[in-house]
Amino acid sequence: MKQEGKDIDAILERYPEEPRYLIALLQDVQAEYNYISEENLKLICEHLCVPVTQAWAVATFYKSFSLEPRGEHEIKVCLGTACHLKGGQRLVENLTRDLGVQPEETTPDLKFTLDTVNCLGACALAPVAVVDEEYQAQVTSKKLKKTIQKLAAE
Amino acid sequence: MARISTAEEWGHRLESVDALESYREQLLAERDPDRPTIIVCHGTGCRANGSPKVAEAFRAAIEAENLDAAVVPQIKTTGCHGFCSRGPLVIMEPSGIFYEKVKPDDAEEIVKTTLVEGKPVERLLYENPNTGEHVTHHEEIPFYKHQERIVMRHIGTIDPRDIRDSLASGAYKGLAKALSTMKPEQVVEEVTQSGLRGRGGAGFPTGRKWTTAIKAAERKQEPLYVVVNGDEGDPGAFMDRTLMEGDPHALLEGLILGAYAMGAHEGFIYVRAEYPLAIEHLNIAMDQARELGLLGEDILGSGFSFDVQINRGAGAFVCGESTALFTSIEGRAGEPRPKYVRSAEEGLWGKPTVLNNVETWCNVPLIIENGAEWYAGLGVPHSTGTKVFSLVGKVNNVGLVEVPMGMPLNDLIEKIGGGVPGQDHFKAVQTGGPSGGCLPWELRETPVDFDSLTRAGSMMGSGGMIVMDDRDCVVDVARYFLRFLEDESCGKCLPCRLGLQSMLQFLDAFSSGKGSVEDIEALKSLARAVQDGSLCALGGSAPNPVLTTIRYFAEEYEAHIRDGKCPAGVCKDLITYRIDPDVCTGCGACARSCPQQCITGEKKEPHTIDETQCIRCGMCMESCKFGAVVVE
Repeated sequence: MKQEGKDIDAILERYPEEPRYLIALLQDVQAEYNYISEENLKLICEHLCVPVTQAWAVATFYKSFSLEPRGEHEIKVCLGTACHLKGGQRLVENLTRDLGVQPEETTPDLKFTLDTVNCLGACALAPVAVVDEEYQAQVTSKKLKKTIQKLAAE
Repeated sequence: MARISTAEEWGHRLESVDALESYREQLLAERDPDRPTIIVCHGTGCRANGSPKVAEAFRAAIEAENLDAAVVPQIKTTGCHGFCSRGPLVIMEPSGIFYEKVKPDDAEEIVKTTLVEGKPVERLLYENPNTGEHVTHHEEIPFYKHQERIVMRHIGTIDPRDIRDSLASGAYKGLAKALSTMKPEQVVEEVTQSGLRGRGGAGFPTGRKWTTAIKAAERKQEPLYVVVNGDEGDPGAFMDRTLMEGDPHALLEGLILGAYAMGAHEGFIYVRAEYPLAIEHLNIAMDQARELGLLGEDILGSGFSFDVQINRGAGAFVCGESTALFTSIEGRAGEPRPKYVRSAEEGLWGKPTVLNNVETWCNVPLIIENGAEWYAGLGVPHSTGTKVFSLVGKVNNVGLVEVPMGMPLNDLIEKIGGGVPGQDHFKAVQTGGPSGGCLPWELRETPVDFDSLTRAGSMMGSGGMIVMDDRDCVVDVARYFLRFLEDESCGKCLPCRLGLQSMLQFLDAFSSGKGSVEDIEALKSLARAVQDGSLCALGGSAPNPVLTTIRYFAEEYEAHIRDGKCPAGVCKDLITYRIDPDVCTGCGACARSCPQQCITGEKKEPHTIDETQCIRCGMCMESCKFGAVVVE
């Protein structure tokens, strides 16, 4: 997870100054800085000639954008139907208890962000969690707890 | 985004249809059909199970074996083979030997035994669970034997990152045929005659949609856009992802054919953000196709120009709805609009737009290449062709399957899916994702086609098929889908925004044993109001899971409400965890895992759970190796 990224100008220049590129630009900024800061949001708006209210509406409408800094490690639990049937919801509840945060929240020490996803399409591996981009097949609360302890100790 | 430049590899444009065909012949002539090839599945499921490491191990094993230059095998990484529950999968060509659950450590033995000695490695073969016999070749495995893989014919045999592999397998033959022998209106006519219906859910006849858009563009003298809906949001569905990842050229060819038929010059592929590999493969495919002159200016020297761009979704289920998807491409929050005018007439930027699902577009090249008559002969009269389903949940063979339309539900689950683990038969099957319905075992003979599923109260949807057994609670499943949709509702129209919230309150109450039997009637009436009053299909179809579960499983709802019991043992407020003293060995694993520390007992003596403290997190059940923790 990158906390500091390239100069934002380099990202802005990838797109012509047209409002239609708002989502693509937000995605690139999110990918680079791992969240969209107020300052960067304003710079995007200036570049595309889009009112800040509209960009705000878009950034809060879509799930993949975050307006708050995210944790160093990302734990994503799949809640697709197959995972739900195989106990995905229970994984989330137990993680919520272990980490002390709700889904879509970050721990105060900026170490972990807990997230849920509607389906990763890896249903044969259900229940699935993704820890820092790595798929954990047929995962259990116990295994996740161990992973968290390991990452926290780093 | 990784892009590979192919300029150095061939660096030439194909200036005509003849040039394409002679290039294809040249590619085929260069290939040795007897060259040993090790195919390692690189679909998302197999990758997550470690297939990249398996491929690497094969490379190392071959190098170590120091094979004769004449037999050095090729290692090919392909898209998803569909049999995800058995991954990582490896197929040896030309012999066709099929290995399942291959680990990196197995590579050496496979190279030595199969490649060098020509014998199969018995322990890695598929074992028929009914007969216990080993099956050597993949086409003999029941999972594959009963399928009819047409749209997915190349997936698992081609390397999706190399257009030459696709061309050698016959890609762009349909395009070549259309550009050299067919007028645009003949292409439209062929698609209409084939009976192809949209694979995204509603099953609208594709040819009719195209014709509407063409007429609108003529009348208004406006450009027409073609768009691919790759925003596969239904939980438990991954057909479109597999098609985009495994055979991106089929999608491109279909789109180019559609653009030619309708006179479009600009296209968009809207792909869900959660599918980075699909985006990567599409980008590579587009670059390679442009390089060869199959996409862009003056395609194959025909004078017809068309290009396409990818739009990444940003995580909103509602964007699978046509008008919301257009709004999203335009760079705004994806809220649907009323469809007084069809989007075929007024779509993207208010212009005539044809939006088809990934699988629909992938069918088009097949129809053009083989003819409408051939295609209409597949499936059943009003639902022609095949359909790809993702078969998931409580079924032995989890994976992606393609079958002719009209196959009975039970055949799909029993013959291909291999039945339900540990049980005689399934309890229910949810088709059509969150907008579909839940069909009980009694309706097992229902033919899987558009109209039969609709008649049963469900729908085809995009092709998710979720199998449930006795341990799955239908009230919980209905609540799950409703919560999903309530969360994903964009909030623009009241019936969906507040209606789904109120419906969810009923189900929340039921799942904790509250409410009255009369509430079921109130819920049904509310559901109908949401169906009728919602602006788009998200709200319009949201009540389906609730209504079908009430229709087919009324007694289970009543058990929750009247008896305060969840027969399947799922709804948290209605169950208790108990330790069976006859099975418990007193190892203490459960007590150590319990976050409430409410499990007590002496060492080597049966333990007990303090019910008043238990939060029903299930940790004890998970940690017990003896199956002593039971749910009641």
